[in-house]
Amino acid sequence: MKLREVKELLKAQVIWGDDHLDLEVERAGASDLMSDVLALGKPGMLLITGLANVQSVRTADIIEAKAIVYVRGKRPDQEGIALAQKKGIPLLSTDFLMYQACGVLFNRGLKSVKDE
Amino acid sequence: MLNHHQHEPESGLVQSFSILGGDFHHAGHVSTQVKEILKELGIEPGIIRRAAIAAYEAEMNVVMYARKGTFTLQVTPEQVNFTVEDEGPGIPDIELAMQEGYSTATQEMREMGFGAGMGLPNIKKNADRLAITSEVGRGTKLEICLILNQGKRR
Repeated sequence: MKLREVKELLKAQVIWGDDHLDLEVERAGASDLMSDVLALGKPGMLLITGLANVQSVRTADIIEAKAIVYVRGKRPDQEGIALAQKKGIPLLSTDFLMYQACGVLFNRGLKSVKDE
Repeated sequence: MLNHHQHEPESGLVQSFSILGGDFHHAGHVSTQVKEILKELGIEPGIIRRAAIAAYEAEMNVVMYARKGTFTLQVTPEQVNFTVEDEGPGIPDIELAMQEGYSTATQEMREMGFGAGMGLPNIKKNADRLAITSEVGRGTKLEICLILNQGKRR
């Protein structure tokens, strides 16, 4: 699924990465716990989270996530945005709750990090 | 695990970084730098990713629990080694700390998205070797090793 489609489905705003919306994400995972993301994340995944501190971006970089969607209208601070720019990780923000965001993307066939 | 011909691995590249306990703002900087260095050295991407996760977990542990620590990266033609040594409370029961979900994290750590009791088990999962030594009241030392060129050796 292209990031552009993720953006449209979630009625999301692009915080950073307008030029990266043609990136493909094959799977997604959602958590506010970066410990879990580090343990279960997959390279190329879409990270869906409600944790908007700089650690969310850093964790995404470490596990090589392709993009981050922040739920509940959250947005990272300037430092998080700057790091995402440096690392080339697009950031989106949706007003959807995490459950809604996951449901919508799952219904459209975006696989879980646990799927083969 | 070292083969007979190489009792002394070449020292290779060695670089040390300081980590300040409680400095959540800069937490992760060292791991990000280490990852960049491994990329520049042309280490295999799968190994870089495992190394970066192990480094980040180890760094976060120092930030969360210790007063300060040193992260030493060593890369030889055979392996990537991280030695993470801290001055801190130490781990009274390493076996217990290795259990997934066991955590002594504070609320602040959890708000940062950490402290779920996954750190040490996740380091073990991503490393080829992990040795933990700890003295209560003094500190903890993690020796993390990832073996390079495993495919070629077999």
